[in-house]
Amino acid sequence: MSINLDQAQQTFIVEAREQLQAMEESLLQLETDPGDDDAIGAIFRAAHTIKGSAGLFGLEPIVSFTHIVEDVLDRLRNGSVEVDAGLIAVLLKSSDHMLELINVAANQGGTLPPPALQREVELCQILQEYQAPSPAAAPTPAPETNPSEPGETRLWHISLRFGQDVFRNGMDPLSFLRYLQTLGEIVDIATLTDALPAAEAWDAESCYLGFDIAFRSAASHGAINEVFDFVREDCEIDIVAIDDAAAPQGNTGLVTTSPEPPEENTALVATGELLGDQRKTPRMPAQIATDKQPVTSDSKGKDGTYVRVNADKLDELINLVGELVIASAGASLLARTCHNDPLQEATSSVSGLVEEILDGALRLRMIPIGETFNRFRRVVRDVSQELGKDIDLIISGAETELDKTVVEKIGDPLMHLLRNAMDHGIETAEARLAAGKPAKGHLHLNAYHDSGSIVLEIADDGAGLNRDRILEKAQERGLVPQGASPTDQEIYNLIFEPGFSTAQAVTNLSGRGVGMDVVKRNITLLRGTVDLDSQTGKGTVVRIRLPLTLAIINGFLVGIGQSTYVIPLDMVQECIELSEDDGLASREQGYLDLRGEVLPLVYLRDHFNHEGPPARRQNVVVVRYAELKAGLVVDDLLGEFQTVIKPLGKLFGALRGISGSTILGSGAVALILDVPALLTQIAQAENRFNPTQLQQANAR
Amino acid sequence: MPLHYETTDDTAQVHIDGELTIYTAAELAAQWLPHLGATPRMALDLSQITEMDGAGLQLLLMVQREASRAGTQLSLTGQSKAVTETLALCNLVA
Repeated sequence: MSINLDQAQQTFIVEAREQLQAMEESLLQLETDPGDDDAIGAIFRAAHTIKGSAGLFGLEPIVSFTHIVEDVLDRLRNGSVEVDAGLIAVLLKSSDHMLELINVAANQGGTLPPPALQREVELCQILQEYQAPSPAAAPTPAPETNPSEPGETRLWHISLRFGQDVFRNGMDPLSFLRYLQTLGEIVDIATLTDALPAAEAWDAESCYLGFDIAFRSAASHGAINEVFDFVREDCEIDIVAIDDAAAPQGNTGLVTTSPEPPEENTALVATGELLGDQRKTPRMPAQIATDKQPVTSDSKGKDGTYVRVNADKLDELINLVGELVIASAGASLLARTCHNDPLQEATSSVSGLVEEILDGALRLRMIPIGETFNRFRRVVRDVSQELGKDIDLIISGAETELDKTVVEKIGDPLMHLLRNAMDHGIETAEARLAAGKPAKGHLHLNAYHDSGSIVLEIADDGAGLNRDRILEKAQERGLVPQGASPTDQEIYNLIFEPGFSTAQAVTNLSGRGVGMDVVKRNITLLRGTVDLDSQTGKGTVVRIRLPLTLAIINGFLVGIGQSTYVIPLDMVQECIELSEDDGLASREQGYLDLRGEVLPLVYLRDHFNHEGPPARRQNVVVVRYAELKAGLVVDDLLGEFQTVIKPLGKLFGALRGISGSTILGSGAVALILDVPALLTQIAQAENRFNPTQLQQANAR
Repeated sequence: MPLHYETTDDTAQVHIDGELTIYTAAELAAQWLPHLGATPRMALDLSQITEMDGAGLQLLLMVQREASRAGTQLSLTGQSKAVTETLALCNLVA
């Protein structure tokens, strides 16, 4: 069939992938709770929808394979097949296979590679065991064990009068008939030509066809009606049950796995799916009305609340909003210098609105991390079976939202960390029992917001890292100077160093380090950080800290001489004044006594080589990032400012301590400080400093 | 040229190559319909049709109707698998 449905087919492919995702989630849900009827219903719906849409696009391989899966699911739904581990496994593999089929369809014209075909055959064989009445199930009454007729069949009269535009809309009436055949048997069909006009008025590209069909099927009115979803606007459809002999009870019982009030259907009509003259409601006793597929109402209702928007458009919008923020900041600044009260008031209310727009626009890009987390359920299940370990994945904070691009890019590093934790972190059941721990290992994925960033935690209750061996290895490789005494934290984080990446020895001794530097690099690219904490025998926690968004930050403006710098506001903890006396003392020591706490100071004036004398009064901005804290010494505090990050050009790529630039309302350029980089620089400087100090001390 | 038309004695031989679908229906109709009624008999060879859809089906139905109106007797000399399948689907085994 060469009907041109490219656009619609793309949508189908995207939706089918989503359906498969949902199916997989429900399967995993079913695995933990085999009695979950909702999950069974959801799985069935997913398979059913995929089959239905694939049929419309003439994607025969998908239809035929999904049909088998659907049959098994149907039997599962009406209770003639029990949920067991084998069934879940084969269904999961089937859903993988369906994904592959869909991917093949997406690369138009491609065919399945031979190994996949081989797998399909194997899967079909396994599925058939569930499909055919097993000897054990023999006592069940015959009509129920016959997979092709799961319920009682009835005769329907379907009358179709296609509209003239059907061909032009890229549809072929015959494909609906073909698809209809998958639901049951076309007993009789009459092709109606009475609508064909006289030869002069006839147009070869208009459709005048009509069909009267006698159709025998166990499918419900809703399911049959669904066949014609794509052509509903162009076609008069009338579906009437002819014989009422079949007991409606049998029928309803089969379909209404998740009973929904009939109002749902009314809601469906209101979404504009139907026109008045298209009689969706069957001329049937009232109870049948309730058996109209809960399926469609579910998914349609969900569709109604979402709008698919191209990500580029969204980026464009956010970029514009960013410019708006800058412009409005400029206007406020001007207004302030005018000393015109009404004008100031006006600009301040505009600024307020702009801020709300900004928040709203940014929120558009925010999606909950949960979807990514849920994907890992399958990974954990598969890997733990592969390794022969019993591992439970606990997910919390799934509703925590972060930027879409960040979510997309964090998937791989997370996957890597999870695999590592399962492979090397969690011990085998025997080892666990020997260590006095429960045989079942636990993996905890958690997400939460913390000081303007999102924190993702991967915690396992495995053996933990071997601190001494890592240190030994690091010294051997010259990553840690001899004689230095790094903290445990620093030692653990050494496994993110490139030198540790592929070292076999590390994998053996601590069970970590495979490609951890890649993980770290990916996270750093997202302006995030990663650190690790471990307790021998208790487990390991990896913490990934990511910015909420990549586009706009709330900044704190500080001035040094004539230059302005922006410090991300989320990292600012407090500001303190540095009096002249204090200034001298702390300048020598390089730190400040902050309420009994040692606060290392960074003199930005020196750091960025500003000329000229420092201001008489200086200020300290206390910044914190992750566990590091420092004071930045600046001349002036200029207040809060919302800024759009403009990335620095390639030329400045090597510049450390600056993460970008922004344009102030006055038109001046301000540099945005890369606080994490600054803090690590300090930490490293200290590390370098310590050993020399030690050596000096030793020399004396 | 998807439609081959030639006349031998009182029979018109119509032979269609390739698709009988929405993409070719209009062109075929323009070539085909005017010939109806020109000869008492028309022999249809549909054995080289690779694909057929609803529009193609409709064209055949149209030809059938117009032919009987114009007094041309249609006969089918060959049909491809695509044609057979489509006709069977619509219960129109000729």
